[in-house]
Amino acid sequence: MVGTDDPAPAARPSLWVAVACFNSRPPVGRKGIAVEAFLSDYVPIFIFLAIAIAVAAMAIVASYIVAPQNPDVDKVSAYECGFDAFEDARRQFDVRFYLVAILFIIFDLEVAFLFPWAISLGEIGMFGFWSMMVFLAILTIGFIYEWRKGALEWE
Amino acid sequence: MPTAEFPNLFPALPEIFLLVAAMALLMFGVFRKDDEAGPARVRCSRIVARLCILALLCALILVVTMNGSDRVTTFNGMFVVDRFAVYFKVLILISSALSILIAQDYLEVHRVARFEFPVLVVLASVGMMLMVSANDLMALYLGLEMQSLSLYIIASFQRDDQRSVEAGLKYFVLSALASGMLLYGSSLIYGFTGTTSFDAMAGALAAAPGEAVSLGALIGIVFILAGLAFKISAVPFHMWTPDVYEGAPTPVTAFFAVAPKLAAIALLLRVMMEPFGALTVQWQQVIVFISVASMALGAYAAIGQSNIKRLMAYSSIGHVGYALIGLAVGNEAGVRGVLIYMAIYLFMNIGAFTCILSMRRRGQMVVGINDLAGVSKSNPMLALALAIFMFSLAGIPPLAGFFGKLYIFLAAVQAGYFTLAIIGVLTSVVGAFYYIRIVKVMYFDEAEEVLDRRMDRPTALVMAATGILIAIFFIIPDPLLSQAQAAAQSLFGG
Repeated sequence: MVGTDDPAPAARPSLWVAVACFNSRPPVGRKGIAVEAFLSDYVPIFIFLAIAIAVAAMAIVASYIVAPQNPDVDKVSAYECGFDAFEDARRQFDVRFYLVAILFIIFDLEVAFLFPWAISLGEIGMFGFWSMMVFLAILTIGFIYEWRKGALEWE
Repeated sequence: MPTAEFPNLFPALPEIFLLVAAMALLMFGVFRKDDEAGPARVRCSRIVARLCILALLCALILVVTMNGSDRVTTFNGMFVVDRFAVYFKVLILISSALSILIAQDYLEVHRVARFEFPVLVVLASVGMMLMVSANDLMALYLGLEMQSLSLYIIASFQRDDQRSVEAGLKYFVLSALASGMLLYGSSLIYGFTGTTSFDAMAGALAAAPGEAVSLGALIGIVFILAGLAFKISAVPFHMWTPDVYEGAPTPVTAFFAVAPKLAAIALLLRVMMEPFGALTVQWQQVIVFISVASMALGAYAAIGQSNIKRLMAYSSIGHVGYALIGLAVGNEAGVRGVLIYMAIYLFMNIGAFTCILSMRRRGQMVVGINDLAGVSKSNPMLALALAIFMFSLAGIPPLAGFFGKLYIFLAAVQAGYFTLAIIGVLTSVVGAFYYIRIVKVMYFDEAEEVLDRRMDRPTALVMAATGILIAIFFIIPDPLLSQAQAAAQSLFGG
C-alpha cells in the first residue's frame, strides 16, 4: 500500500523489455542487439513448434500414402457411440445453471482474495484487517439479497 | 516492514455515506413483504425512491459543507477532493436525484417499478463521484467500472422489452471494449512512467523538457483518450449512443444523457490537465479532431431523425463536441467554459426529457416527433416548456444554452483558435434547424390525434423548475460563473 507515490520504482527495467517492440529507444546498446537478445529467448519455443508441426504433418501424409483408401457409406458416415448423431449439441439449457455458476464465482473469487490476506495479515496491520472485514460485509449483503430474492432456490 | 496506516476517511465521507445508505436501502427493500407486480411492490419502490433522493440530498449537503478551499488527498494520494471535484459532484448528485424523481411514474406505468432502480442509480452516482475524485489510474478504473456496472443493469431494466434488453447488452459489450482500451493505455502509461499516480505521472512526463516524448507513453495517452471518448460518446466512438438511447427506458435515457457524461467529462479534464498537462501539444490535435467530428455529426445526423430519443442522442453527441472545444483550448478559460457548459447542459437535458416523458397518447408513451403536432393547443404549458428547452439547446439568446456556448467560443477566440470557434458557430446554426423544427411541429402543425393532458406531479415540477432556471439564467448568472471559475482555478493551481 505504501510507496505508490515513488516516482522511480524498481519494476522499470523489466517493463522496458516487455515493450521493446514499441520503443524507438531500447534500454541497452543499439537497437539490433536488444531485439536479438529479446528474440533469442524464444528460439527453443520456435524449435519445439517446428518439430510439432513436422511430426503432425508426417502422420497425416503417411496415412494418405501407406493406408488403403477404400471409402463406402458406412465408413464416411458420422460416428457417435455406434449411432447416427440424433440431435444438435447446441441446445438450450436452463438459465438457472448460469445463475448458480455466476453466484459461485463471486464466492470463489472471495476465497482467492482471502488467502493472500490471511498470509500477510501480520504485516498489513489493522487497516488490512478492517479492509477485508468491510469487503466481506458488502459481500454478505449481496448474499442476503440474492437469498431473499430466491436466486438460490431450484424449486 | 512498514504496515499500512489507517487512511483519513474524512474527505471520502459523502461517498461512504451514500454507499452505506444504498446497502441499507437494498436490505430494507428486500426484507419488505413482496407480491409479484402488486401494489405492495409499487409502494415499496416509492418509499425506497424517496429515501434514495433523501440520501442523495444528504450527500449533497456533505459535499458542500465539507468543502474547504484546499486540495486534500487521501488513500495514499489515490483520492483527491478539490473545488473541481466538488463542483462536479454537486452536479452529479443533482442529476441523479432529478432522474429518480422523474422516473417513478414511468416505471409504475410500465409495470417495472422495483426498489432496485433507485438503489442502482445511487450506486452509479457513487461510482461517478469516485471518477471525479480519482487521482490514480487504478482509482479511475474502479470508479468507471462501478458506474458502468450499474448503468448496464438500468439500461435493460425493462427486461420484458426486447429493445431495452438489446440496449443494455449493446452498451455492455461496447463499453467493455472501451474499458479494455483504457486499461491497455493505462498499462502502457505505467510501463513508461513507472507510476499510476497522477501527481507522480505529471512529474515524470514533465521532467524531460528537451528530450522527445516517448512514443509508448503517447500511444498510452491515445488509448486512454479513446476509452474516455467512448464514455462521453464523442465521434468516432459514438455508434452505441443512438441505439442505447432509443432502446433504454426513457428516464434511464435521461439519466444516461446527463450524469455519466458529467463524470466522464470531469475525468477527461482532470486526466488531460493534471498528469498529461505537459504533453498538451501532443494530445491537442486529437481533441480538436474529436471535437470537430462530434459537432459535425451531431448537427447533420440528427436532421433525418423522426424519433425524439434518437434525436436527443445525436444532440448530446453534438453538445459533447462543443464542450470539448474548451478542453482543446487547454487553458483556464477553456476549462471554465466547459464547467459552465456542462452545468447548463444538465438542466436543459433533464428538462427536455421531462417533456419527452410527458408525451403520452391514451396512456401509451409515444416518441415520434410528429406526435407532438398540435401540442400547443392541447397542452400549452408542455409546448412552452419544450420550446424553451429546444431554443436553449439550439443556443438562442437570452436562454441559458446561449451563454454556455458563448463562454466556450469566447475562450477559443481569446486563445486564437478561430477555426474551431467558427466551425462551432456554423454547426450550431445547422443544429438549430432540427431543434426549431420541433417547435414548428408543436405550434404550426395540425394534429390528427392529440396527446394526453395527464402529467404526474414530480415530472411537472421538475419541468417547471428547470424551465424557469434556463429562462432566467441571464438575470443571475453570477453564482454559477464564480463557482466554475473557482473550480477551474483549482485544476490549474496545483
